[in-house]
Amino acid sequence: MSAPAAAAHRELGLTDTEYDGIRERLGREPNALELAVFSLMWSEHCAYKHSKKLLRELPTDGPHLLMGPGENAGVVDVGDGLAVAFKVESHNHPSAVEPFQGAATGVGGILRDVFAVGARPIAVLDSLRFGELESPRSRFLFDWAVKGIGHYGNSIGVPTVGGEVMFEAPYERNCLVNAMCVGIAPRERLIRSAAAGLGNLVVLLGARTGRDGIGGASVLASAELSAGDASKRPSVQIGDPFEESKLVECCLELLERDMLASLQDLGAAGLSSSSSEMASKGDVGIDLDVSRVPLREADMEPFEIMISESQERMLCVVEPERLDPVLDVCERWDVRATPIGAVTDTRRLRVFDGDEPVGDMPVEALVDDCPLYDLQPERPRRPIYPDPPRRLAEGAGAAETLLALLSSPNVASKRFAFEQYDSIVGSRTVRRPQVADAAVLLLEHGGGGAIAVSIDGNGRRVACDPYTGAAEAVLECARNLTCVGAEPLGLTNCLNFGNPEKPHVAWQLTRAVAGLRDACLALGVPVVGGNVSLYNEGVEGAIYPTPIVGMVGRLPDPGAAPSIAFAEEGHAIALVGPFAPSLEGSELEKLRGRLADSLPEVDLAAQAAALARLREAVRSGALATAHDVSEGGMACALAECCVAGGLGARIELGRASAADAERLFGEGPGGVVIAGPPEAVEQVAGARVIGAVGGAALELAGALSVPVAELRDAYEGAIPAAFAAGA
Amino acid sequence: MRFGVVRFPGSCDEVDALFACRRFGEAELLWHKDRDLRGVDAVVIPGGFSYGDYLRCGAIARFSPVMEAVTELAGDGGPVLGICNGFQVLCEAGLLPGALLPNVSLRFVCRQVEVVVENPDTPFTRACARGDRLSVPVKHTTGRYHGPGLAAEQVVLRYAPGHNPNGSQDDIAGVRNPAGNVMGLMPHPEHAVDPLTGSVDGGRLFESLAMVPV
Repeated sequence: MSAPAAAAHRELGLTDTEYDGIRERLGREPNALELAVFSLMWSEHCAYKHSKKLLRELPTDGPHLLMGPGENAGVVDVGDGLAVAFKVESHNHPSAVEPFQGAATGVGGILRDVFAVGARPIAVLDSLRFGELESPRSRFLFDWAVKGIGHYGNSIGVPTVGGEVMFEAPYERNCLVNAMCVGIAPRERLIRSAAAGLGNLVVLLGARTGRDGIGGASVLASAELSAGDASKRPSVQIGDPFEESKLVECCLELLERDMLASLQDLGAAGLSSSSSEMASKGDVGIDLDVSRVPLREADMEPFEIMISESQERMLCVVEPERLDPVLDVCERWDVRATPIGAVTDTRRLRVFDGDEPVGDMPVEALVDDCPLYDLQPERPRRPIYPDPPRRLAEGAGAAETLLALLSSPNVASKRFAFEQYDSIVGSRTVRRPQVADAAVLLLEHGGGGAIAVSIDGNGRRVACDPYTGAAEAVLECARNLTCVGAEPLGLTNCLNFGNPEKPHVAWQLTRAVAGLRDACLALGVPVVGGNVSLYNEGVEGAIYPTPIVGMVGRLPDPGAAPSIAFAEEGHAIALVGPFAPSLEGSELEKLRGRLADSLPEVDLAAQAAALARLREAVRSGALATAHDVSEGGMACALAECCVAGGLGARIELGRASAADAERLFGEGPGGVVIAGPPEAVEQVAGARVIGAVGGAALELAGALSVPVAELRDAYEGAIPAAFAAGA
Repeated sequence: MRFGVVRFPGSCDEVDALFACRRFGEAELLWHKDRDLRGVDAVVIPGGFSYGDYLRCGAIARFSPVMEAVTELAGDGGPVLGICNGFQVLCEAGLLPGALLPNVSLRFVCRQVEVVVENPDTPFTRACARGDRLSVPVKHTTGRYHGPGLAAEQVVLRYAPGHNPNGSQDDIAGVRNPAGNVMGLMPHPEHAVDPLTGSVDGGRLFESLAMVPV
């Protein structure tokens, strides 16, 4: 089992050039521990080596920004002395291997990012992508990912307030599990991760360290260290929400009592990345003694301790005279706390096993010196993805088409998922899942201001046109916030793409980032942080390029936030634009077995201006209903309003439009259905009254009339039916 | 009325319960390691996953120091209300009859349901009338009540027809002990005290408790 040392770096994913770079920076050959640490710190996951240059294009400053990219989570000022921290992150590959633990630890990880900046987590949202639901594998992944998210979020007492799920064949082998967490803190309690204060102690908090999550490095274990047992350890981490719930309360109490100099979570690459990043940000060095790290398995090698991704751990810096009170707080919460090192002035990460030095690396080399690569984008000449199979008969009538769309899993109710999540713990949730377009959360118990949160993306539309599709994701998220009266303060994103070394994926990535940038600039919303997940490919090729966008906005009066439900007979219904529906990239086109290779251009400035006008109308409190037109077009949006309110509607579109599939089912940014007292609706700028609430059916004059009960059966029944059919 | 709300490690709804109690009286948190109830008049055992609930829901919490004091208070006739995990803890502790089993669906379910007041003659429901329907949320995986031989008057709340979320025996949502001073329920009244967050109907239970002479 003794492979030559030169091959070890390749098996760990480092190129020969990168290996030479490491040797040069060390002035010698790295030992096995150093090689393991470098291979992780210089991995795509930690170093963003294929995306960092691109991400610099995104606007990251705004009037409300308190902490931007580079910290554990982005933070915006929401007024009244309060700050909101948020971030979205992927846990795609672990979830594809083991959906329950993969999704659960995805939630656990993003929660830690948020309380690492001193914020109490108050909401989780998730964005999920699977293959089509006819596939037993996709049903299995969906079912267990949902259970995993619920297991972690429910147990830790943080509500899961929103999210989205879509099903497309290119995700069959590579599902996506993106989790976003939102937290709240008094401004003065925010803490950064930069280590500071020579001689200060580095204290490890939380769970014992085991061999879970060692992943790629297990290759090193068998090749270099010839450990007798080459049995494959599970490389998916195991989550323990109880441990984390104690850790949250403990860390927040330590911060409330001002006992910590800095705080950082342990995520990918474990101690290696957390310690070196803390040192890098503070321009200091850190000495660690791995023999002091509490272990789950006694015989762990120092390198394993350094790269273990065991969950529910945090690293903090404490002044020596405060150590005893810190340990007292930890004991009260039954949280393990162990001083394992100290801050030095060496600007090196030095690792000891007792007295014996086992690794010595310049912090700068680990954190900043990973070579960055330029992408080689090339627009593909042929379509990358096959057309989806046709699901809707040619010549299907309007009613049949509407019911087919409502029961398409991408459009259908996701009640199956969200009822498995506690969406109300914390007593902040004013608008629960499927009640409004964005979740609305109280900032303080019993009233006052509120925030709205939403997470959005549509990979199929990005596959049609990466620039416009990505810009549309930003607009849709902002529109969802607008529908409850919120103004976006900041944006977080997760870029889920295929292998960036392939020119067409590089092209998708480049164009999508440009779309994100332009939409953010048009809306004046900064990107406060995020995550990149590359190499999402199955045997059939890359996933649909899937930028996921999460936003937080502020609204003055949560009681005025409309819901998606039609509320009262006689309310006027209007469509607000600019909205130029098109079948390109639409759900109907998917059902018809076609995937477009472009989307209509979007006027970003006009979209931004329209959102600002609509926000004012919503904030007036006069509207009962506001619902964004998205998948399935206007007819589906109207049907959803009917189902939610248990009321019908009579709509007049004019003779020319009535039978026009593009008008009824076409998609595109900008469309919002609103309803309320006629005099209020007529006053909304850009609103065109198209009908009134009433009756027990959705009637689109000249096109269709479907009883609300039938709409509900299609909309609510589709996903349970898919599981029943497969059972 | 001074309410005490127990906080176990892994409790989730203790702050929600604290705020709900404070709408009707004074309230403070009680720490699981303390045997001292600090002179409170009534105790609320809140929802959550006490000690992680990795064994059986409530099975560890019943051994906590604070539960010794709660058992003593209950023995002296003091009102004790267990919500969700608190209901499970009280069943495990033998302060309430029966047990909570996994939902028929074997899934966690979070949903607004309606419950009917079956017995208004308890310290927890005296602000209600028999037959009142209350809109309150449930959220649990292990909420299917099983209580063979339960006396009719011990059923305090029943899920309204069509609202049983877990397959509970006879649609039972909440029960009391024979003496009438200990009650457990799976729905979360503490999450139904504010019109902004859904309903105020759950407040009736805390209001009832606040009417208990101290």
